[in-house]
Amino acid sequence: MAVIEARGLSLDFPYYHIGARSLKKRLMGRSRLHKDPSNRIVVTALRDLNFRIGTGERVALVGPNGAGKTTLLRTFAGVYEPVAGSLTVTGQIGALIDVAAGMDLDSTGRENVRLRGLYRGLTDAECDLLAEEVAEFAALGDFFDVPIRTFSAGMSVRLAFAMATALQPQVLLMDEWFLAGDAAFMARAEERLARLVGGADIMVVATHDYDVVRRWCNRAIRLEGGTVVADGPVEAVLADLEATG
Amino acid sequence: MLDQTAATMPAYHVDSADPQRLRKAIEDVRLGTSRWRLALTLAWLDIRNRYRGSVLGPFWLTLSTGVMLAGLGLLYARLFDLPLREYLPHLAVSLVIWNAISQMVNDATTSLTSSEAIIRQLPLPYTVHALRCAMRNGIIAAHNLPLILLVFLLCGHLPGPEALLAIPGFILIAINAVAAALFLGMLCARFRDIAPIVGSIMQLAFFLTPILWKPKLLGGWEVWMPLNPFYALLETVRGPLVEGGGPPLAWLAAILYTLATVAMAAAFFVRFRSRVAFWV
Repeated sequence: MAVIEARGLSLDFPYYHIGARSLKKRLMGRSRLHKDPSNRIVVTALRDLNFRIGTGERVALVGPNGAGKTTLLRTFAGVYEPVAGSLTVTGQIGALIDVAAGMDLDSTGRENVRLRGLYRGLTDAECDLLAEEVAEFAALGDFFDVPIRTFSAGMSVRLAFAMATALQPQVLLMDEWFLAGDAAFMARAEERLARLVGGADIMVVATHDYDVVRRWCNRAIRLEGGTVVADGPVEAVLADLEATG
Repeated sequence: MLDQTAATMPAYHVDSADPQRLRKAIEDVRLGTSRWRLALTLAWLDIRNRYRGSVLGPFWLTLSTGVMLAGLGLLYARLFDLPLREYLPHLAVSLVIWNAISQMVNDATTSLTSSEAIIRQLPLPYTVHALRCAMRNGIIAAHNLPLILLVFLLCGHLPGPEALLAIPGFILIAINAVAAALFLGMLCARFRDIAPIVGSIMQLAFFLTPILWKPKLLGGWEVWMPLNPFYALLETVRGPLVEGGGPPLAWLAAILYTLATVAMAAAFFVRFRSRVAFWV
């Protein structure tokens, strides 16, 4: 049984490498920026979130830019540790946040798949299996054994998509819907994505696209300024969101 | 699609009221070390990419060290009035080991910031990044080792069985390299001004450490040499290879410095590991 449970989850994002002094003058006083106990300028990225996402739920995180959607996904993935509250994630996590991260431009498609497998902690044999699976879906032909630096944009997307979707996680975390490429590929991508989503116990997707939300999700959490302003069935949350503009 | 279902369902739990920093840091090191294959693959990739399209590749470093060795060897043997046959083996080992140490330290400052994209995408043990950095520099440094052999043959310098003591010396340097990659990697991710400072310190250390000169030239000051950590580490390899075993005091100092480096890195890592993702 996969589950994501947040209790009083808060996360401050510190600003380290921009001129803190001038920034302080310009921005202090606005609501989300404040000083933490050790005198750093921080922005409250997430504030006192409470929810429980159980098996079978397909959750959309909606809200304006900077609401904290991607930060929340990264926190689920275990990248950021919360400063207050607790978070429990049970289940194998698969995060499709920045799928190009960790790709090596000078390596071939096959080498990149192997590398991704190693990043995910697979054994050599599993890496070979993964490479075959990805090669079949990405349909790059001979280009699979050519450095990906030479790939066209469409080919890169196909490889990235095939690699990202080749492992079935129990908890699927996605940032936006990364779909591009030629029409024939799109049709196959949709089918694969549906399988990936269907195979996961929990999906959480951060998106601006309400059509995506309506089609794929059965629950929506609306974030604004790092807090949950609405949480419930998709239609209820979206109707409210569209009404308030 | 491949199923990546583990036998037991993994659980990830963080509670800010009970951060369990020590347990998580130990887990990080344990998991990171068990994934040395990933670190090694990445280290080789780094080297391949750095020397992409170059004919000699990392052997350029061997060549440049060789040229430096010939030039400095001739000049300083004359300046110090030492016979070339005696001076050159000392310089060869010193220079090769110093290059390795200096490159490891300088590279350690970017061990985490250079993996920023990966750190923010998936929660990999940070130990993997430190291992990658240490392995990369270890492999590059190994390209210089033939120079030592060449100089020894040319000068007719044949170390006895005590040369095997250089192996623990190399191990000490490797332990320091991993600890430094973790410690300096974190420190320099948080404070971006540290890296240039480290660069300056290493440059100064090159002249303060007996690399070009021999400790015995110091006369009465020689007893103070173990205060220099670079001397102590250098001596654990140079002693066995050139002088028939290093002074016991240097060994003791090297072991103490290694313990200190590891303790410092461990303390810093346990306390601030969870902050690294915000720093890079």
